[in-house]
Amino acid sequence: MTTDILTFPKGGAHPAESKELAQDQAIEPMPTPDSLEILLSQHFGAPADPLVKKKDVVVEGDLIGEVTQGLGANIHASVSGTVKALGMSAHPVLLKVPSITIETDPEAEARVFSPSDWTGLSKEDLLARIRQAGIVGIGGAGFPTHVKLSPPPEAEVDILIINGAECEPYLTTDHRVMLEQPDAIIEGARIILTILGINNCHIGIEINKPDAIEALSQAAARASSNGFHIQVNPLQVKYPQGSEKQLIEGITGRQVPGFGLPFDVGVIVQNVGTTKAIYDAVVLEKPLYEKVVTISGRGIARTANLLVKIGTKVSDIAQYLGGTTPDLGKVIMGGPMMGFAVPDLNIPVTKTTSGILFLTEDEIDTHPHGQCIRCGWCLEACPMGLSPNEIGVYVEAGRADETSQFGVFECFECGCCAYTCPAKRPLVQFIRLAKMKAKK
Amino acid sequence: MEADKPIQQEEKSSAVEETRHNMLTVSVSPHIKSRESVEKIMWSVVACLVPPLILSVFVFGLQTLIITLISVASCVAAEAVSQKLLKRPVTIRDGSAVITGLLMAYVIPPGVPYWIPILGAVMAIYVAKHLLGGIGFNIFNPALIGRAFLMATFPVAMTSAWLPPLRDAAIFTYMGQGVDAVSTATPLYVLKHYGVQALMEQFGSMSTIYRDFFMGLRPGCIGETSAFLLLLGGIFLIYKRYITWHIPVSVIVSVAFFTWIFGGDTLFTGNPLLAVLSGGVMLGAFFMATDYVTSPTQMTAKLIFGAGIGALTVLIRIKGGYPEGVCYAILLMNPLVPALEGWFKPKRFAPPKGALK
Repeated sequence: MTTDILTFPKGGAHPAESKELAQDQAIEPMPTPDSLEILLSQHFGAPADPLVKKKDVVVEGDLIGEVTQGLGANIHASVSGTVKALGMSAHPVLLKVPSITIETDPEAEARVFSPSDWTGLSKEDLLARIRQAGIVGIGGAGFPTHVKLSPPPEAEVDILIINGAECEPYLTTDHRVMLEQPDAIIEGARIILTILGINNCHIGIEINKPDAIEALSQAAARASSNGFHIQVNPLQVKYPQGSEKQLIEGITGRQVPGFGLPFDVGVIVQNVGTTKAIYDAVVLEKPLYEKVVTISGRGIARTANLLVKIGTKVSDIAQYLGGTTPDLGKVIMGGPMMGFAVPDLNIPVTKTTSGILFLTEDEIDTHPHGQCIRCGWCLEACPMGLSPNEIGVYVEAGRADETSQFGVFECFECGCCAYTCPAKRPLVQFIRLAKMKAKK
Repeated sequence: MEADKPIQQEEKSSAVEETRHNMLTVSVSPHIKSRESVEKIMWSVVACLVPPLILSVFVFGLQTLIITLISVASCVAAEAVSQKLLKRPVTIRDGSAVITGLLMAYVIPPGVPYWIPILGAVMAIYVAKHLLGGIGFNIFNPALIGRAFLMATFPVAMTSAWLPPLRDAAIFTYMGQGVDAVSTATPLYVLKHYGVQALMEQFGSMSTIYRDFFMGLRPGCIGETSAFLLLLGGIFLIYKRYITWHIPVSVIVSVAFFTWIFGGDTLFTGNPLLAVLSGGVMLGAFFMATDYVTSPTQMTAKLIFGAGIGALTVLIRIKGGYPEGVCYAILLMNPLVPALEGWFKPKRFAPPKGALK
């Protein structure tokens, strides 16, 4: 392993990490709630079609939603029970999406999955298992993993990067998974390397997780045979270290061009959680229907890293952990830099929920914003070299349609600009408005 | 406008658990922000400007404090009234008008009549700042517009109302020296019109001059006095990352460089150290040219901006009608900022093909 502490060269911010709130809590399975709402849209692409009807009896792990055309991923029952309703449920981003409500059968036994040898399987068989299990990129946008692992033949992929940066403050999900299941992650990495037909894998982890770096380095050393070269790269603690483009540049020095994809520069990136899910899908043949979610913030009685069934509602989680505090101000699905604030707790966990933060009035920003004073800090902070200050001023002046010159469409909304802005300007909000009105 | 308000569904009014869940704040990410704020930056600048004021009271007497207080109070009042008149939110707490007041007081002679800074404040705050759009949109440094306006309108008061350093001031005794020949003409005026010899006759040997100029024991504006205290304040701002080193360093280097070449009787015989320590170079370099609104944001542009200020300062000092040129040099460079911003843009991360024209 290398001792260089890598990072991306331009921009970034250092928000308070706040990881101490949950990082020492071991992964804890949450008891199955009485009922849960499984969304049919948990991935990048069209919603899945339901395969069950009201009153159908389902068993944990059953396929209940399928996408037949275009991008998408399978949806499975997280619990054994009875389908109570096919309806619409709240979604953290899309507001309302079709869902399947399942009433849990309290008598049902938890399904047990046992490992099998995958080494004889073909690349197609491996991809089929991943597709069957409904794996999506659970660290981010929920892009179907079997599609991501099938780059076009002209792409010359030579490096796999496993993303364990977990640069978002508060979140400790990936940290705990790396610490508690390092061998599964390394095995997952070997599966991906086999699918891609390459042998070079880098695992990027920020140095605020020395125990995870140690655990994965040891696991990698144990497993680095058969020609696989898997190494851990310690990364500087700098947000957004885990952003795909920044991570690739930090580790390989390659820059993914605007509107391009990592395979354009020969790289495939997978989050550690997704890698673990790939292990589950291939070795255990277990679908993705439960995941580790960090529950943190000062607005909840107890913080935890919970293993929850997908479809579990935030309100059930809050209740399980002892309720919220009276000064709760904001509930966020995801991290505080890029996550989505939700209007109430009646919202289910999806495959891409990495954390649920209960933040108090003190923890969130409530300052009114002022005019841009042209300090230029956002220009320094922007990892993409854009001009958030200009975009904001244009949007405020009603000229949002002219902002493509400042590269609004290259912005991935990491939030460094708005975090840094001393005038507390909602720059990401301005940029989202600009994206709606500007032409590409 | 719509982007201004986070969708806020009433806040913390009820203690009832069930209903309170319907009152969460919903707004666009990021949900946390840094502890820095405009107020913090501005008041830090104010704090850095206070030591030279305190020294000036020791050197010149209470008059400097009175003029400064009048200037600050009228700038703050002018800000409040301007914002009321223009129906904008009143933001006097952010400290930016206080800075304008301090800077203006620091560049006018401390012996001027009291109504002079009041008039300057109206010009600086109402005309140069708020009529041009308020903070963030003004092209010129408001304090310097205030000074330039006063200079053009009341040239006599503005060029003669210097105060002599107090002979018996405690600080002189402490420093173990007396000021032999005291004139109310500023050193730069003497230097410009009578040459180095006259300067030395009046202010002592070169080493005495360097020391006095550095420590601030000389006639002049408040802000022209102590290069040392201004330097300290400037370094603090750089340490706090509120300003970068680019503009101050390029201004100072440029003044020294061009003075060395053109400032003497023949080429390459000028006195760069004297040039940097005298007049408003330190104040201008650290506190005026670095004004966020009226300076560039990109590092290369900052260097060019600072170098331009230095060159123009020397040009005005040598060829112009005024003994000091920092004020006008900055005002001349201010309108070039939009062009500099256009020429030097942030380096984009691998932009898509055809995105940059």
